[in-house]
Amino acid sequence: MMLLTIDDFSADSFMVGGVFPLHFGDTTLWITSTHICLLIVVLTLTIFSFFARAAMEKSGDVPKGLANIVEMIVELLDGIVKGTMGKHAGPFKNYIGSIFIFILFSNLSGLLGLRPPTADYGVTFPLGILTFTLITFNKFKYQKVSGVIKGLCDPWPFWLPINLIGDFAVPISLSLRLFANILSGTVMMSLVYGLLSTIAYAWPAALHVYFDMFSGAIQTYVFCMLTMTYIASARDTD
Amino acid sequence: MFDQNFIYGCSAIGAGLAVIAGIGPGVGQGIAAGHAAAAVGRNPGAKGDVTSTMLLGQAVAETTGLYGLLVAMLLMFVKPFKA
Repeated sequence: MMLLTIDDFSADSFMVGGVFPLHFGDTTLWITSTHICLLIVVLTLTIFSFFARAAMEKSGDVPKGLANIVEMIVELLDGIVKGTMGKHAGPFKNYIGSIFIFILFSNLSGLLGLRPPTADYGVTFPLGILTFTLITFNKFKYQKVSGVIKGLCDPWPFWLPINLIGDFAVPISLSLRLFANILSGTVMMSLVYGLLSTIAYAWPAALHVYFDMFSGAIQTYVFCMLTMTYIASARDTD
Repeated sequence: MFDQNFIYGCSAIGAGLAVIAGIGPGVGQGIAAGHAAAAVGRNPGAKGDVTSTMLLGQAVAETTGLYGLLVAMLLMFVKPFKA
């Protein structure tokens, strides 16, 4: 028995693949596997949210069925935001809850045989940019321009370039952390399925539990946690 | 100047060297987990807080190792060095 079937394995099995091209004049845009998987995740969440809304409108004082689950999820997410941001939690409950559910489902979609959308830097970088925008906006709103300049020249004025780099490194390290974690899981799983395909029965499920579920859930939590911590510290005026 | 296959071979060696970066986060995460275990032993009531703080710190410490992984990925699959 040939254990390693390296001949029919190629890196294409875990890279982002083009599905079909769109032609606009001279330029060609590819609809990639990321777009398809992202569409599936977003459609699933949208349909679920319609059902959740219907269930919540129907439920009376005592929730039952789906309304119970929805209330549990919302209370859990609100609790996380409240516990981390304290008095700043109010306006961010919806946003953090939304990106938490979106990233979690994106990471878990590897279980269903999709390529996780978060294993594409084109998905995680915009999430990092959103966080960066929120941090910067809140900083200028709450600490005013003078506070921001004082924060940049923190110990001494010639520290300014280092502080600037530190500020701009936040979205990059946030998005790269999520991207690289999920990508490493995807690569590992496709190596198992590609190279050990002759003996890959049942036991890769244990690897799926670690790479897709544990790692995916932890990274979702970390992304949201860091976003909340940065925003809360930007809103702190003391 | 060099053969294309020679460059691909060197890229593969470089990718292998780049993932040595995983040593640092491994040691760091181990130290964090050890101290978390000691903290839980001293104060079992704070198990939830200690665990979530440990996981957050470990995930941040993991970043440097992931940069090494990214460099390895780039060398192996994007192949920036061509003859």
